[in-house]
Amino acid sequence: MELNSRVPSGPLAEKWKNHQFSNKLVNPANRRKYSAIVVGTGLAGASAAATLAEQGYQVKSFCISDSPRRAHSIAAQGGINAAKNYQNDGDSVHRLFYDTIKGGDFRSREANVYRLAEVSNQIIDQCVAQGVPFAREYGGTLANRSFGGAQVSRTFYARGQTGQQLLLGAYSALSRQIHEGKVEMYTRREMMDVVIADGKARGITTRNIMTGEIESFSADVVILATGGYGNVYFLSTNAMASNVTSAWRAHKRGAGFANPSFVQIHPTCIPVHGDYQSKLTLMSESLRNDGRVWVPKKNGDTRNPADIPEEERDYYLENKYPSFGNLVPRDVASRNAKEQCDQGKGVGNTGLAVYLDFAEAIKRDGKDTIMKKYGNLFQMYEKITDSNPMEEPMMIYPAVHYTMGGLWVDYDLMSTIPGLFAIGECNFSDHGANRLGASALMQGLADGYFVIATSIAHYLGTNKLDTISHHDEAFLSSRREVEDRIAKLLKNSAGGPAGKFTVDEIHKELGHLMWDNCGMARNKADLEKALEELPKIKQKFWDYVYIPGEGKELNQSLERAGRLADFLEFADIMIRDALAREESCGCHLREESQTEENEAKRDDKNYSHVSVWEHLGEDNEPALHKEELAFEFVTPSQRSYK
Amino acid sequence: MSSINLTLKIWRQPNSDALGNLETYSLDGIHTDMSFLEMLDVLNEKLTKESKNPVVFDHDCREGICGMCGAVIDGVAHGPEKEITLCQLHMRNFSDGDTIVIEPFRSRAFPVKKDLLVDRSAFDRIIQAGGYVSVNTGGTPDGNTIPISQVKAEYAMDAAACIGCGACVASCPNGAAMLFTSAKVSQLALLPQGHAERKQRATAMVTTMDEEGFGNCTNAKECEAVCPKGISIRNIARLNREYLSAVLLKDD
Repeated sequence: MELNSRVPSGPLAEKWKNHQFSNKLVNPANRRKYSAIVVGTGLAGASAAATLAEQGYQVKSFCISDSPRRAHSIAAQGGINAAKNYQNDGDSVHRLFYDTIKGGDFRSREANVYRLAEVSNQIIDQCVAQGVPFAREYGGTLANRSFGGAQVSRTFYARGQTGQQLLLGAYSALSRQIHEGKVEMYTRREMMDVVIADGKARGITTRNIMTGEIESFSADVVILATGGYGNVYFLSTNAMASNVTSAWRAHKRGAGFANPSFVQIHPTCIPVHGDYQSKLTLMSESLRNDGRVWVPKKNGDTRNPADIPEEERDYYLENKYPSFGNLVPRDVASRNAKEQCDQGKGVGNTGLAVYLDFAEAIKRDGKDTIMKKYGNLFQMYEKITDSNPMEEPMMIYPAVHYTMGGLWVDYDLMSTIPGLFAIGECNFSDHGANRLGASALMQGLADGYFVIATSIAHYLGTNKLDTISHHDEAFLSSRREVEDRIAKLLKNSAGGPAGKFTVDEIHKELGHLMWDNCGMARNKADLEKALEELPKIKQKFWDYVYIPGEGKELNQSLERAGRLADFLEFADIMIRDALAREESCGCHLREESQTEENEAKRDDKNYSHVSVWEHLGEDNEPALHKEELAFEFVTPSQRSYK
Repeated sequence: MSSINLTLKIWRQPNSDALGNLETYSLDGIHTDMSFLEMLDVLNEKLTKESKNPVVFDHDCREGICGMCGAVIDGVAHGPEKEITLCQLHMRNFSDGDTIVIEPFRSRAFPVKKDLLVDRSAFDRIIQAGGYVSVNTGGTPDGNTIPISQVKAEYAMDAAACIGCGACVASCPNGAAMLFTSAKVSQLALLPQGHAERKQRATAMVTTMDEEGFGNCTNAKECEAVCPKGISIRNIARLNREYLSAVLLKDD
């Protein structure tokens, strides 16, 4: 597998401009002759589909839900970063670049991250022009807040619904193109395979969720914008339908998968309360601006929080990290919460929670100010837990939130399969080993609005593509494979459910395995054990899963089963990746790699690379390739938040 | 946390053409900390184990923002609690021994596809008719070029909070989509970015709304009462003003 990042030469600040200039173009009149498939309609997918259609390409857009507006980008709360420096507090493109690359613990490509920071400003302008109702100051200018540990105010927001508003902006741009006939929209379609002809990605195989029909679509390029794979853990903050299937299917067809073990565990989620639980709810990280995190000093203290006097509380983040306090990055906050609970200091029924307390902020700023800032989040919390954060501290616990790993892509966001591009969360490109708050929205829109069109033009301008039809053998054989696989999934169900397991039962089992052994803190022994256990769960799934209903109908159990089958395969490279990376970095503590103060210890000498996995067939172990990371413009430093 | 036993009467309908009916299920040991959809998950696991077809329902984010879920619970869209979606409804709102009737969001423009799952694509077509500012990617002025008063921005945000779930339509005696349509028209009418196309937008969106088979508004206010995002019917008044001025004063 060849990993050519195609990073342009030249000074950092000139790379993107030079690249745009040196890339080939497609004449506006010729663009209508080319077609693009975009899978997914979140921030990356919707913005890409709209932008490509505006430029004149024929676009086919696919989404899994009933409407493109449902994509999970909609759930992002906090905001979107941009280097506007509207607050005059010393921000710049270079600072946003530096913060992002440092936040990612020096495991991402300088050039990609710099471009992200560079186009961040255009994103804000674009969204404002679309009518996204960003928060405003009294004078009418755009408001900013400091977010997720950033030491400048560069986060733009629309109440606690920034993801929703940005997505609706991209959805509206997409809707306009659908109306103009430039985008054909296919809703309730699940991508089952990518079709390769003559070594290039030329289409996809889908399942129509409403009818169960297996369908083929051809195009000149295929763009995946299918999000992250956090649901491999069963419980995560992802939406129920978020899955790894399209990325995994692309991987099995030859696309390298980068850093699959890089998963972000978000520190401020509502704790798990029962085994019937279907998902975890995130509370925006902005709460840590005013909330103080603490646990009782005494193990197993079951007193009401109000009855625990100040001197018997351990504000462990403030004590351990005096300069950042409660605003330490996500991984540090998450790991410390787990550590406190592992020591027996956790609170609540399960002991798997810590307090996030607003009492001091309420005393300092008054109830009204705090309600104005966090009212909607407090209401959301109260609806779920029946407890009011204005009166008693919130309980929070880390939960799987975002996956930095994803399909390997070059500077043009093209995977190792020519003509197959990956944008947004489903690629690995910009966040290294840890993503900063308010950067996911930025990356999705950067890729979709401002990067992908340049890449597509260059690819089309430099490749000769034969005409192709979805009746060609490549499509037919892909369809046959998909049909066979569905038949195989359903084969156990003929004899009824006795002695068998439901899809969710097996998914929960996989989730536990991954959370316990491949979560925030990892070690060799546990990972090796997980690698032994995984095939057993997989076997159990294929031998004993019970799926009611038929293949050729709306069958939600079958949909979930197909996704779980892919998670079970994918989990294997996740564990292998975690095993191979014998350093702590970004979101992960590798227990064997710690400093004397029990902080994460990165190993630049041996692991300053992107790990890229290649699929070598069902019966072979996957191969690990490395893209070495070169730091020309920044010097990797050990993070310290003390 | 306590646990309750329930009787559920759920609308089952195999497809659009079939006649549906309410099936009765009993479900015991439901924890009151569960969400309503988790309760349905438990039912579906039970049905699966009994070799019966699980209840089909739409859902995705399960945190009240994607707008995918929704059903009529004891006659009220999204259930008895104010300003939440069905996924945010928790079982502590019910008592031991309760019978809960669960039906799809019914309306002429929302055909039932299977059980509780309905086709709301008409909403997408209303947006496609004009729910946007016609601006291409790139070449836009700096975000701070146009100052927008905080009050205007807040009102626009109030309207923009719509999640497109369709509870408003399901609750309206006329099956009107006025609250949905007015929310988008209002957001863009309140902001200067939307002004250039405001007349065309109001006309096109209202025309599409009518063509899709939605009814008209007779101020029953049922939509506002069930809206999970608290969208106000003031937006409908604004839509009417936008529409009237578009029709009566065609040229700027």
